[in-house]
Amino acid sequence: MSQSNRIKTGGRIDRNKPVSFTFDGKTFQGFEGDTLASALLANNVHLMGRSFKYHRPRGVLSAGSEEPNAIVTIGSGKRSDPNTRATVVEMFDGLEASSQNCWPSLNFDIGGINNKLSRFFPAGFYYKTFMWPKSMWMKYEEIIRASAGMGVAPEEGDPDTYAVKHEYCDVLIAGGGPAGLSAALTAGRTGARVILIDEQNEFGGSLLSDHGAEIDGKPAMDWVDAALAELKEMEEVTILNRTAVIGYFDHNFITAMEKITDHLGPQDSNDTPRQRFWKIRAKQVVLASGSFERPMLFGDNDRPGVMLASAVRTYINRYGVLPGKDMVVFTNNDSAYKTALDAFANGGRVEIVDTRVDPKGPLVEQARSLDITIHTNAAIVGTKGYRRLKGVEVMELNEAGDGVKGTKFHIGCDVVAMSSGWNPAVNLFSQARGKLRYDEELTSFVPDHCQWDNYSVGSCNGTFTLEGALSEGLEAGLKAAQAAGFGEGQSVPATPSAPEVEHGDMRTLWYIPMDRPLARGKKHFHEFQNDSTVADIHLAAREGYISVEHLKRYTTTGMGTDQGKTSNVNAIAIMAQIRGVSIPQVGTTTFRPPFVPVTFGAIAGHDVEDLFLQARKTPMHSAHDRNGAIYEDVGDWKRPYYFPKAGEDMHAAVQRECKAVRDSVGIMDGSTLGKLDIQGKDASRLLNLLYTNAWSKLAPGKCRYGLMCNEHGMVFDDGVTTCIGENHYHMTTTTGGAGRVANWIEEWIQTEYPDWDVYATSVTEQWAVSILNGPKSRKVLEKLVDIDLSAEAFPFMAMKECHIAGVPARIYRISFTGELSYEINVPARYGLHVWDALLEAGEEFDICQYGTETMHVLRAEKGFIIAGQDTDGSVTPMDLDMDWIVSKKKGDFLGRRSFTRTDTARTDRKQLVGVLTEDPNVVLMEGAHLVRELKDKPPMDMLGHVTSSYMSPNCGRSIAMALIRDGKNLKGQSFMVPTMSGKAHKVTITDPIFFDKENKRIDGEPS
Amino acid sequence: MNKYSVFSLVRNAMSYHENWQKAWRSPDPKKEYDVVIVGGGAHGLATAYYLAKECGITNVAILEKGWLGGGNTGRNTTIVRSNYLWDESSAIYEHAMKLWENLSQDLNYNVMFSQRGLLHLAHNVHDMQEIGRRGHAIHLNGIDSEFLTPEQVKEIEPTINLDCRYPVLGALLQRRGGSARHDAVAWGYARAADDMGVDIIQNCEVTGFDIQDGVVKGVETSRGHIGAKKVGVVTAGHSSVMANMAGFRMPLESFPLQAMVSEPLKPVINTVIMSGAVHVYLSQSDKGELVVGAGSDNFVSYSQRGSFDMMDHIVGPLKELFPFTSRLRMMRQWGGIVDVTVDRSPIITKTPVENMFFNCGWGTGGFKATPGSGNVFAHSIANGELHPIAAPFTMNRFNTGALIDEGAAAAVAH
Ligand SMILES: Cc1cc2nc3c(=O)[nH]c(=O)nc-3n(C[C@H](O)[C@H](O)[C@H](O)COP(=O)(O)OP(=O)(O)OC[C@H]3O[C@@H](n4cnc5c(N)ncnc54)[C@H](O)[C@@H]3O)c2cc1C
Repeated sequence: MSQSNRIKTGGRIDRNKPVSFTFDGKTFQGFEGDTLASALLANNVHLMGRSFKYHRPRGVLSAGSEEPNAIVTIGSGKRSDPNTRATVVEMFDGLEASSQNCWPSLNFDIGGINNKLSRFFPAGFYYKTFMWPKSMWMKYEEIIRASAGMGVAPEEGDPDTYAVKHEYCDVLIAGGGPAGLSAALTAGRTGARVILIDEQNEFGGSLLSDHGAEIDGKPAMDWVDAALAELKEMEEVTILNRTAVIGYFDHNFITAMEKITDHLGPQDSNDTPRQRFWKIRAKQVVLASGSFERPMLFGDNDRPGVMLASAVRTYINRYGVLPGKDMVVFTNNDSAYKTALDAFANGGRVEIVDTRVDPKGPLVEQARSLDITIHTNAAIVGTKGYRRLKGVEVMELNEAGDGVKGTKFHIGCDVVAMSSGWNPAVNLFSQARGKLRYDEELTSFVPDHCQWDNYSVGSCNGTFTLEGALSEGLEAGLKAAQAAGFGEGQSVPATPSAPEVEHGDMRTLWYIPMDRPLARGKKHFHEFQNDSTVADIHLAAREGYISVEHLKRYTTTGMGTDQGKTSNVNAIAIMAQIRGVSIPQVGTTTFRPPFVPVTFGAIAGHDVEDLFLQARKTPMHSAHDRNGAIYEDVGDWKRPYYFPKAGEDMHAAVQRECKAVRDSVGIMDGSTLGKLDIQGKDASRLLNLLYTNAWSKLAPGKCRYGLMCNEHGMVFDDGVTTCIGENHYHMTTTTGGAGRVANWIEEWIQTEYPDWDVYATSVTEQWAVSILNGPKSRKVLEKLVDIDLSAEAFPFMAMKECHIAGVPARIYRISFTGELSYEINVPARYGLHVWDALLEAGEEFDICQYGTETMHVLRAEKGFIIAGQDTDGSVTPMDLDMDWIVSKKKGDFLGRRSFTRTDTARTDRKQLVGVLTEDPNVVLMEGAHLVRELKDKPPMDMLGHVTSSYMSPNCGRSIAMALIRDGKNLKGQSFMVPTMSGKAHKVTITDPIFFDKENKRIDGEPS
Repeated sequence: MNKYSVFSLVRNAMSYHENWQKAWRSPDPKKEYDVVIVGGGAHGLATAYYLAKECGITNVAILEKGWLGGGNTGRNTTIVRSNYLWDESSAIYEHAMKLWENLSQDLNYNVMFSQRGLLHLAHNVHDMQEIGRRGHAIHLNGIDSEFLTPEQVKEIEPTINLDCRYPVLGALLQRRGGSARHDAVAWGYARAADDMGVDIIQNCEVTGFDIQDGVVKGVETSRGHIGAKKVGVVTAGHSSVMANMAGFRMPLESFPLQAMVSEPLKPVINTVIMSGAVHVYLSQSDKGELVVGAGSDNFVSYSQRGSFDMMDHIVGPLKELFPFTSRLRMMRQWGGIVDVTVDRSPIITKTPVENMFFNCGWGTGGFKATPGSGNVFAHSIANGELHPIAAPFTMNRFNTGALIDEGAAAAVAH
C-alpha cells in the first residue's frame, strides 16, 4: 500500500505537493519536505543498503548527516552521486535513487555470503592471510578491491557548475537550533556582521522534531519563526540554510558547503551553481551544532528497523511517518520516552525496554499512565529478522549490568527505537584543536578549552535542556559580538521560559550483554558502515592494538563516510572497559575535517576548464593564432613553438626557421621572459648579491649577462640586466623562472636586508617584446626607428630608448643566437602593433617568424645554456666552463661560500660539454646517458646525460650538449649512448660551441 | 609468535578468535640496552627488526612518545617506487624495493604491498626531458622503467583526461612501483621485532640525552633514565628537536604535509599516478578511497595538520586530470610533519656525539624507503660505520657540498 506508514496529519511536509520517485527502479510516492529516507519509511521500506564488509541488509539508523547505513546512489550517468546518505537527500519529483554495494540486487545480494563466513573475517583478518603463495597476492588484491568500495564513480563530465565565496564576519554561528538562533539574535542586535549557518533545509534544529516543546507558553516553532523573522530584518546578518560547516581551521577560518539546487533535482541550465563552497574568516565563532544520539550495542543491533530513538521521533513529528506499527523502545535514559509517547499518540503499539532498575520521573509516569509496558532492568539480547526486523529477545539484567538472567522472552516488533545517551557534536571544536573533557554524568566528551575565540552552546556543549540552550546562546551571541567590538554596554536579555520535564538518571551500559558469551552467533555492531563489532574491539585489545588510534585503524571503526559520529564514544568506552581504565584514559582520536563529506567540485568552484590555471597569452597572441603557430606550454604561458607552413611537420618547420634566421632575419615573441624593474639606492648592491659577476660599474644604457646561484653555488637562473639610469635596472629572467626569481629577491630583501633601499617590481606583463635575429635585422629595424643603428652608434650589449612605428620603445642589443639581434620592448598595449609593423617591414627580407624550438636549436649551435635544461640545480658556473662570470674581486654574493666546499671545488665534477654522434643523422634523445663501457645489459656506469639535442641545419648535422663527469678532460674521447630499446650510438665529446666559434656574426651585415 | 596463515585464521575462528596472542608485548624499560632506537615509526621499527635479525643484536628498545606508527608512517599516502634519479638514491630505494617484494612473507604479516604500477605524467617539454633523463638513468641502474605514450597512459587509466590543461605528453612507468598498507608495515615490523626480543616501549618520550665526554650513555625519558650503548634517532619531523637536545644542529626544516581521501568507491583508479605540472598525485586504496596528496604547506610548523589552501590547490588539478571526481566527496583530510633537507634526500649519519646515529630527512617520501632505510641503518649502528648504501647520505655532505639533489633535478617528491 502506498505510504502505509504515513501518519494522517501533521509533520512539516507539504501534503499539497505529492512527488513520485524511484528506488532501485520501483516507483514510490512521497511529499515535498520529505527526505529520501522519510519517504521510503513512509512506504514501509526499511532495507536501503548493504554493509561494507559483510553485506548485511541495512535500514536507516538516523535522521541526519550522521547516517552510516542508508547509503545510496542518487541520479545516474554524469549526474550520479554515489555514497549519498538517504537521510539528507531532500525529496523532489522524479528523484532517482539506487542501492549500492550489492549484486545482483539489494534484496538478494551474493555478497551476503560474507556474512555467513564472517567468523573468518574478523578485524584485520587480511593482515594474517593472503600471503601464500606470494605470487597470488596481486590476484587476491584484485578480488579484495572489487568487493570493497561502496558506490560506483559517476561518468566523466559533471554537467553542473559550482561556486566559491569568500566572506568575513564578526560572529559566525554554526547551527541554527534554539542555541544558535539565540546567539544570532543577541549578536545580530548589536549590529555586528553575523553569519548563521545550518545544514538542514529549515532552521530550528531539534525543535523541528520536538512536538509539544514550548517557549514562553507558545509552540517552540513559533519562537523559531519569530527569531528568523527578526534576523531576516537585520542588514548585517546572513542566513545560510542547507549549508554544512565542515572545517574549522586556525585563526577562525571556517569552511562550509551550501547546497543550492540539490533539493530541486537536475537543472536544465547551469546558470545557478549546484553548490557553493564558503570560506569564511570569523572574528568569533559560536558552535551550536547539537548532539548525536548513541546506539545501543546489543546482539544483531543492525537489522533494518533498528533505529535511534530520536530519529524515530523525527520521522514521526517532522515527516509524519510512523516507521513501524510495533515498536520497542530500548533505552537507558528518559529522552527516548518522548519517542515512545509520540509513537503511541500516533497509533503505534509500544513497549519499552529500560536498562534502569527503577526509572522514575514525569516521562516514565506518563508512559505508565498510558499503560505502555515498561520492562525495567532489562535488555534486548538479540533480534529476529534479516531483511527487516521481526522481533526482539529480552532478558533481565544482573546487578552489575554485565550479564543477564531469568528467561528470555520475545516481543514481536518491526521497529526498535534505541537510545544509549547523547554525544555532544564536538567535532568542529575538536577540529579547531579544542581540548575535550569527559563528563561522567553525561557519559560523554564535552568541550573544555580552545586557543581560538569560540563558544560552544546548547547540546554541543553538553547542555541538554531547552532553556539552558536558549540562555547559553543568548549569552554567547552577545559576548562574541562584544569581543568583536560591538554592543558595548548591552546586557544579555532574559531567557524565555521553556520548562522542561525533569529527567531521571541514566544507566549507561556500553555493552549490552546476552545470554551467551560475546561473538557467539550474534554481532554487536558499534560501527555499522564498516561492520565493526564489539568482538572486534576485544580482538584488537587482545592483540595489543589498544591505543585509540590503533583501535581505529585495526578495526576500521570511525573510518566510514560518517567518520564515526555514532560509533566513536561507544568504541572508546568498550576499549576502556576491556582495559579496565577510564574512558578519558583511552582518549579520543583527532576529529578531522570535513565534518560531513564535501564535494570536490564545490571546492574547485569556478577554477575549472578555461579558468583552471589560466593560460597566459602575450599581447601578440592573436597574431600568432592568425599565423598558424603551434604552442608550447612554458610556465603558465602559451608560447609559439613553431610556425608550420602548409604541409610541414615540426621537424621541417624548425629546420626551415633555423636556416632563415641565420640566412636573413627571423622574429620571435620574447614577451614571456621574466622582467623585473629594480630601483633604489641599493639596486646595484642587490645585483651584486644575486649575480656571480660584478655590477657596480655598469653604465646607463649598458647590458650585462648574469648567472644566479643558490646558496649551494648551483646555477638556478640567468638573464641580461640593463642599467636604465642611476639606481635603476631592468632585469630579465627565464620564462619559467620568473616567479621563482621574484620570490627569491623578496626573500632576501625582506628577511635578510630589510634596511636596503631597493625595490623589485615584476613588469613581465607590462612589456611586449619582439626579437629580431639575423644578419638582416638591422635592415628591418631601420625602416621603423628614428635612431642610428650602426654597430658603432648602437653596439652589442647596449640599450637605446627610441620610437618604433610611432610608439616608445626600449631596444636591447643582446643576442641569444650569436646573430645580430634586437630585443624590442614596447608597452604591452603596443605589442601587437609593433609585431605587425616588423612583419611588414621584414617582408622584403623574407622575415621568418619562429618559435621556441628554433630558439633552442640556434642557441645550442652557439653553446648557450638554458638554465633548467642544461643545468639542473647541481651545476656550478665552473661546471659550465663559465669561470669568467664568477667575480674573484667583489665581496660576498649568493653561492660564493659554497664554491670552496670540498665537493663543490672538485675539478672532476659533471661538466657541460658538446657531444657529436658518429652518425650525423642521429639525434640523441634528451636524457639519454653516456656510459663508460657498454654492456649487454644494465647496470652500466653512467658518465652523464644529454641535456640538449637537436638536428642543426646550420651545422648540417645533429648536435648535442651533455653534463659529463670530468667532461672537460674527456674531450675528444668516444663513448656509447645506449637507448632503452637496446641499441647504442657512438658519440664523441667535444667543445659545446658548434657554430661561429669566433663570434663573427654578432654585428650582422652592415647597413 | 604464533604464525599467521589461513589455517591459523580458521583454527582461531573455531575458538571465536579468543586465543590470538598479543602482536607485541608492552614491557617496562630495562635499565640498559645495547641499542636504543628513538622513534617508533616504521623506520625505527624496521631498524630494530634488522638489528635483531641480521646483526644479532636483540637487546634493543624502541622508545616511542605516542603510539607506534602514529607519526608520518600512519599518515602517508603510501607511494612506493624506486625510480629515483641519482645513483645514490636508486641504490637505497631499490634496496628497499627488493626487501618490499618479500616483506609480507618475511614478517609473516600481510603488508599488502601492491605492485600495481606507478605513472609519472609529463605535461610539457621540460617534463619530457626530466622523465627522459630519469627513465634512462633508472634503466641503466638496472631498475625497471618504461616510457609511455599518452595513448598507453589512457589504456592503463581510462578515466584520465589526457587533454587537460598541460596535456599529457607522455609518462614514465615503473611497474614494480605501487603502494603498501602503512599501518601493517609498522605493526608487522613491531610484531616481528618483538618476537626476537626487542622491547617496544610506547608512551615513552625521550626528553634528553645522557652524554658524557662526547659519548652517549643513555636517554632521559618520560619513564626515567634508560642506559644505552648506542642510540639511533629516527624521529622524522622532530629530528631537529632531538639533535638540539644532543647539542648539535641538523639541517632540516619541518613542514606540514597533507593528504586526503574520498569516500570509498568501486575500483576506478588502477595505478599510482603522479603529476608534477598539474600538481596532484593519487591512487585508490584497497578499501576504495581515492588517496590524494600534493605539496607541503608553505610554512614551517609542528602542528600535525595543515591549512585548507593546500587542499584547495589540489582539488582543481584532481578534477582537471580526472573529471569524474567532480561529484565525489572528500571524506577526510589530515597532515603530518615532514623533515625536509635542502637536497630532498635523507640523512643517515653518525653525529658529533659518539655512538649516536641519526636517520631522518626523509621528508615527503620516506615511506617507500622503510625496509631499506631500516636495514642499512641497522648495519650502520651495529658496525659503527655507515653501510655503503647509506654512506653518501651522511650529514657531512652539507659541509662538503656533495648534495644528492633530487629536489632540484628531478623535482618529484613522495
Ligand atoms: C601526508 C603525507 C604523505 C606522504 N606520502 C608519502 C608517500 O606517498 N610515499 C612515501 O614514500 N612517503 C610519504 N610520506 C613520507 C613518509 O611518511 C615518511 O618519510 C616516513 O613515514 C617516515 O617514517 P619514520 O618512521 O621515519 O617517521 P614517523 O613515522 O614520523 O616516526 C617518527 C616517530 O618518532 C616519534 N618521536 C618523535 N619525537 C620523539 C621523542 N622525543 N621521543 C620518542 N619518540 C619520538 C614520533 O612520535 C613518531 O612516531 C608522506 C608523509 C606525509 C605526512
